[in-house]
Amino acid sequence: MAGKFINLVLKVWRQKGPKDAGAFSEYQAKNVSADASFLEMLDAVNEDLVNKGDEPIAFDHDCREGICGACGFVVDGEAHGPQKSTTVCQLHMRNFSDGAVLTIEPFRAQAFPVLKDLMVDRSSFDRIIKSGGYISTNTGNAVDANAILIPKPDADEAMSSATCIGCGACVASCKNASAALFTSAKISHMALLPQGQIERKDRALRMVAAMDAEGFGSCTATGACEAACPKDISLTNIARMNREFMVANLTKQPKHKDGGAG
Amino acid sequence: MSVKLDSKIPSGSIEDKWTKHKFDSKLVNPANKRKHTVIVVGTGLAGAGAAASLGELGYKVKAFCVHESPRRAHSVAAQGGINAAKNYQNDGDSVHRLFYDTVKGGDFRSREANVHRLAEVSTNIIDQMVAQGVPFAREYGGTLSNRSFGGAQVSRTFYARGQTGQQLLLGTYSEMMRQVDTGNVELHTRREMLDVVVIDGKARGIIVRNLLTGEVESHEADAVVIASGGYSNVFFLSTNAMNCAVTAAWKAHKRGAYFANPCYTQIHPTCIPVHGDNQSKLTLMSESLRNDGRVWVPKAVGDKRHPAEIPEIERDYYLERVYPSFGNLAPRDVASRQAKYRCDEGRGVNEAGQAVYLDFADSIKRLGEDKISERYGNLFEMYEKITGENPYKRPMMIYPAPHYTMGGLWVDYNLESTIPGLFVAGEANFSDLGANRLGASALMQGLADGYFVLPYTLGNYLGGTKLDKVATNHDAFKSAEDGVKKEINKMMSIKGARSADSIHKELGHIMWEYCGMGRNDAGLKTALEKIPKLKEEFWNNLRIPGNSNDLNVELEKAGRVADFIELGELMCRDALERKESCGGHFREEFQVDGEAKRDDENFCHVAAWEYTGDNKAEVRHKEELEFENVHLATRSYK
Repeated sequence: MAGKFINLVLKVWRQKGPKDAGAFSEYQAKNVSADASFLEMLDAVNEDLVNKGDEPIAFDHDCREGICGACGFVVDGEAHGPQKSTTVCQLHMRNFSDGAVLTIEPFRAQAFPVLKDLMVDRSSFDRIIKSGGYISTNTGNAVDANAILIPKPDADEAMSSATCIGCGACVASCKNASAALFTSAKISHMALLPQGQIERKDRALRMVAAMDAEGFGSCTATGACEAACPKDISLTNIARMNREFMVANLTKQPKHKDGGAG
Repeated sequence: MSVKLDSKIPSGSIEDKWTKHKFDSKLVNPANKRKHTVIVVGTGLAGAGAAASLGELGYKVKAFCVHESPRRAHSVAAQGGINAAKNYQNDGDSVHRLFYDTVKGGDFRSREANVHRLAEVSTNIIDQMVAQGVPFAREYGGTLSNRSFGGAQVSRTFYARGQTGQQLLLGTYSEMMRQVDTGNVELHTRREMLDVVVIDGKARGIIVRNLLTGEVESHEADAVVIASGGYSNVFFLSTNAMNCAVTAAWKAHKRGAYFANPCYTQIHPTCIPVHGDNQSKLTLMSESLRNDGRVWVPKAVGDKRHPAEIPEIERDYYLERVYPSFGNLAPRDVASRQAKYRCDEGRGVNEAGQAVYLDFADSIKRLGEDKISERYGNLFEMYEKITGENPYKRPMMIYPAPHYTMGGLWVDYNLESTIPGLFVAGEANFSDLGANRLGASALMQGLADGYFVLPYTLGNYLGGTKLDKVATNHDAFKSAEDGVKKEINKMMSIKGARSADSIHKELGHIMWEYCGMGRNDAGLKTALEKIPKLKEEFWNNLRIPGNSNDLNVELEKAGRVADFIELGELMCRDALERKESCGGHFREEFQVDGEAKRDDENFCHVAAWEYTGDNKAEVRHKEELEFENVHLATRSYK
């Protein structure tokens, strides 16, 4: 495995800023180690660009361990590239063959405006979380941790939903640019746990409303999101969100004006 | 002007100090809380925890991060777990034992009172995180699970698969977003702190650069919290995320906050080895793997056989051999040094001879592949993605890598720096973990500082300090803004030939070679000759394409590298002055049989460095450490 090197041609989306039209530019990536990650390959291309006095290709990235969710763009039409269950920072060049031509472009969605090159603005995700993606418990109010018993299967299922890294690949791979997988993962995580019950209905209603307000499309259950998700977040979450949303709508309780006295 | 270092440790017995201190602290009444603004820089566990808790209390909080979303903070990458003295396993744990283990683990170079408080609030942290919906691992009866970590003989580590940091960070982020929802926390993403503004001797605001527009902005407040993480990226290659930097802490240092024990860095024993020149970072394989993995090298020098072909009798399970009572769970500094010794002996197992095996074969035989996959599946997958090797079939190859920094801005018991009103939390401060951090303690410290310490100590400051109203049109803001712009323009105008990364890599090589796992007088002196030359190279030959009033990644990198160079020099000076070995600071001249040899007579103190001006030598101050509850002993895990 060591010592193998490949050459690639990259067609990369370059866009100076949010208002620029943008276009593809072609670059050569030479002598790329098969053991390098995709982003390390781009680092080397960027180093060459800087040495020539050109602006490097801008892309978001941080932990490079597949957990922070900062990285993400489209490689040959696939969010995070061809390897299943893998963020682009964990995609290694041994998955590509010598001489390949790769097209690299940003996640495309109305709710993810392009900032520069491959960087997009995903703050819409933060605003969805802000709209109820939490359990309201002030510091100091907690009971002993083992006073809340949770069946292991429920805890495991909640954990599987909670592993979403918020990268946006689900949106980018959806023909409707829907954020249903992202939103449902958080709604599911909390609906599955006893701690999440008190605000369960309100959470489902508010988060779905926030998702719609951001301009994400509707879910038509094609499953493209699940296939592209680097963390294998399951479509079951979307089914659960739909159920949560429906139940919440059907059983909404009126707010009492005098409820806050005391 | 020099400040006397007063740790402000409360009087009374160690068990009562924190309770007493909370009672003695001044309070701010609810109507007055909303008149106070607090700036929090960084949104990891410490920063987001502080922002959430202060927001709940009713303070106006402005939270800043360099990321596009606060959920990206590097706490997210912590894998193995978080310690708490719950004694749920009935195995003899207690607050006192966690306190003792942490003081000993830190090689008796931390402040007793701080560590005890950390151990006390550790139990509240688990309660709080569970209440927030963090899906920790559970047993079939519904109770919480625990695992063991290095340097402890009890199972006190709580975990969420191999993604504990992610789950704690997302929980903390959610609570902070709840306060954004209430309007008490105002979020400023993609902002990098480039200066602290000090007015009448107190921290009253910060200067940030908007990373999207390049605009330099001023923000005022009644107090500032820095929770910007550690500085392992001074080594270029480390387990830290790419955006981790010392910049916020370093700018505060240059404004008057002392920097303590910069030479205390942690080299983590189990990381994926370096594979080539273009590598951008190193990846950690959680310490939790040492619960079920056995570390070994061949007994014979230069044995290049496939590991499966090396019979048991020809293997050296060196941690089990050297440390029979802790075995593979020896603490990080100790395990890293032993790996280095084996490789120095010529018994390393990869092509470069810089790796040892971490072998799961026995555990797979004992527990089955399913059980191992349930415990560590995501780590095994990550290993395979990076190396192309299947660790179920062939032992992992691992090697030590820079991971965490125990040094940081000096703070007193209130987490307040030498600049009044400037508080420092989490990895960015120096306080609790001494010269070596035990596994699963970083998450604990970040959350303790943010959720359980700062809400009290900041309240005490705000309640007891006369603070005149200030606005960002104050001269101090103008001159700080000018200083920031001047430095940016200076870097942009060099127009030399070298990228920031290439200079950063060179710095990393110097630091790893001379201030890494082993340090000595001659090497450190060499580094202290090389670093100023590199600094000169930076300021004369740097190249940043593009311009500064735009999104400019190269400019961001360059600013961080400039600060790392200055920090690197201070680290080497600190390491040179500390003529003893302790924890992660291993001076080769001071050892007994390969173990660290402390000098309690001369070095039982915190070294806190005072910045005295550009290109002037920093001044070393001492805070003597007193041990009243723990006997100063030679640390042994044998």
